[in-house]
Amino acid sequence: MTANGYLQLGLFLVVLLALVKPLGWYMARVYQGQPVGLDRALGPLERLMYRLFGTRPDEEMNWKSYTVAVLLFNALGLLAVYGLQRLQGALPLNPQGLGAVTPDSSFNTAISFATNTNWQGYGGETTMSYLTQMLALNAQNFLSAATGMAVLVALIRGLSRRSASTIGNFWVDMTRSTLYILLPLALLLALLLVSQGVVQSFSPAHTVPLVQATADADGNQVTEQVLPLGPAASQIAIKQLGTNGGGFFNVNSAHPFENPTPLSNFLELLAILLIPAALCYTFGKMVGDTRQGWAVLAAMTVVFVALLGVVAWAEQAGNPRIAALGVDTVASDLQPGGNMEGKETRFGITNSVLWAAATTAASNGSVNSMHGSYTPLGGFVPMFLMQMGEVIFGGVGSGLYGMLIFAIIAVFIAGLMVGRTPEYLGKKIEAYEMKMASLIILIPCALVLVGTAIAVVSPGGTATIFNTGARGFSEVLYAFTSAGNNNGSAFAGLGANNIFYNIMLGIAMFFSRYWIIIATLAIAGSLASKKLVPAGPGTLPTHTPLFVVLLIGVVLLVGALTFIPALALGPFVEQLQLLQ
Amino acid sequence: MQFVTKQLRPAIVALLLLTLLTSVVYPLVVTGVAQVAFPAQANGSLIVDSQGQLRGSALIGQHFDQPQYFWGRLSVTGPVPYTAFNADAATGSSGSNLGPINDALVGPEGTVQARITALREADPANTAPIPVDLVTASASGLDPHISPAAAEYQVARVAQARGLSVEQVRQLVAQHTAGRALGLFGEPRVNVLELNLALDGR
Repeated sequence: MTANGYLQLGLFLVVLLALVKPLGWYMARVYQGQPVGLDRALGPLERLMYRLFGTRPDEEMNWKSYTVAVLLFNALGLLAVYGLQRLQGALPLNPQGLGAVTPDSSFNTAISFATNTNWQGYGGETTMSYLTQMLALNAQNFLSAATGMAVLVALIRGLSRRSASTIGNFWVDMTRSTLYILLPLALLLALLLVSQGVVQSFSPAHTVPLVQATADADGNQVTEQVLPLGPAASQIAIKQLGTNGGGFFNVNSAHPFENPTPLSNFLELLAILLIPAALCYTFGKMVGDTRQGWAVLAAMTVVFVALLGVVAWAEQAGNPRIAALGVDTVASDLQPGGNMEGKETRFGITNSVLWAAATTAASNGSVNSMHGSYTPLGGFVPMFLMQMGEVIFGGVGSGLYGMLIFAIIAVFIAGLMVGRTPEYLGKKIEAYEMKMASLIILIPCALVLVGTAIAVVSPGGTATIFNTGARGFSEVLYAFTSAGNNNGSAFAGLGANNIFYNIMLGIAMFFSRYWIIIATLAIAGSLASKKLVPAGPGTLPTHTPLFVVLLIGVVLLVGALTFIPALALGPFVEQLQLLQ
Repeated sequence: MQFVTKQLRPAIVALLLLTLLTSVVYPLVVTGVAQVAFPAQANGSLIVDSQGQLRGSALIGQHFDQPQYFWGRLSVTGPVPYTAFNADAATGSSGSNLGPINDALVGPEGTVQARITALREADPANTAPIPVDLVTASASGLDPHISPAAAEYQVARVAQARGLSVEQVRQLVAQHTAGRALGLFGEPRVNVLELNLALDGR
């Protein structure tokens, strides 16, 4: 990689980390009900909404009511997405006259967007009408993100309250997330993106003449190109900020109308990690000790940088088999070099690998290059980032509540080593919390491994594998890894828009998201009801470099122990074949 | 059961109201502002020539394989390369997902070798190593750019096919080359469609 490449990577991290404190501080105020400036303008609207909901904002919920509210709200959203897809042929705002989406694809997409996975089984521009994109997909981009943030805030309250029976009001947390955090950021980002060339239009597609006519496989002359438009910028802004990732167009953020310039790419990249990173500070602020938030953020950043290094090295080294054909793959100021298969010229290697790492560290899942044509070790990185449970930044809200569960496990393991009852932030960690934490860790792992195992031994699972050999296995492993951790990116060679994968991956996404939410809220409720244990000489401080290392160790260990055997069959074996 | 029914009304009303806000009001506001502030960008960055004719989009590449034009990245869209949308075939943007040891990519009949052969046949005198972006497929299938190295590789061929001097063609390439944004972000790149339109004098 050239010096400019390192500079771009470094600058991205610096800008990201510089934004953590201001945004994290702002979000803490939003969740603690303090004045934030925007509430002067939006306060009346917010209060009107609560009146229409029929809920009193100061009426708090215990963890069971909170869970019911989350699940009910998500179930209704899921049904709405399904219904809109099935009926889009009869609904307005459909200038290309697209028909109903198939039942299995609608099922998959409904779960996918409600669970903040945004696995894209469908081709955007060829399947979804403008109305479906807006009312179904765009709405869930906001609401699934707000759900994740609300659950996180409930868990933080559980950690910070003493002898309390309630953990907040879901309707308030969700509404405030949307009104004061997601909407203003999305509005700003959307307009910046339009200025770069991201389309935002309700006109039907343009038809333009080709400069050079071409012929299809049957010898028919093709003299025109059809350019699809749509209200893309508004949707892309929230798809990145909400770690959703489902594209307006089939190739997602590689499409020049979604991501036309290096600057649009930088802004979108920033948006992917912005809220998950800043929430760490929010967490510290809300538990009254910002060092706790910085420690968690440090653990995330260290893992991220290390794995970013691996994918950058692997892709820049390129494909020796292409170099062997007399092709120049050395990076210079005149060309990106490296493994350019499935990558865009304007992004080169640097911005493609940075995106690949960011989108899988966060549970975003949008892509600006095709992970399916990465080198074996390059493709291993996004897969492993997901397999650690989407806690390295992770989804908005969900990443941090996942990481806090890992923190609980880390203090538990440390407690075992010295034979003391473990505590985190002054709360005793006991059998009930550990049972729930174990479920949270084990469920995605089981969904990924069992799902992959079923797929590779059933005809429905192997029929649509694109590449042969180890890469074909990686495609299936990647798909279940992505669905089982609510990421949404893919080794997209795999044909996943069929009954087998739509249903299998739909089930994986559904159980992963909601099992974890239920168990997390159960922990929140249990912790809220506990007394505060004053820190003693035997308490493990959780803001020190030692704890950061311990936390990283636990995350890596769980990921590695669970997935190394499966990874050995995919990327590792393929890397050996590549070097042969 | 009572606490389930108690949450039903807020769930329904919240979904409706927030959908209205995030999916109707918000996109319409963005569209309204975008159409006023950035009309060209919001509508696809279209290229209109001096006669007022629509020629394409500055952001979406087109397919070229004749010697007098610069060639872009390989594209895996169907039914023809650089199909941005085809209603009949239900196809649109599409990227390459060929693995690095797949014969369809690196085998003797693979896409890389086929492109090398085509480039060499179009310009047998050129024995320079070919820049990698010229023999690999893009992520979108619509990539409008090639690297400056990939343009330089083709300059002699285009100059010869058009009876222009190498210097004249190089100058045009330079005019359609964009550097890194702020000298820092992204990669230097040449817009193939705009360059070819300029060569045709449009």
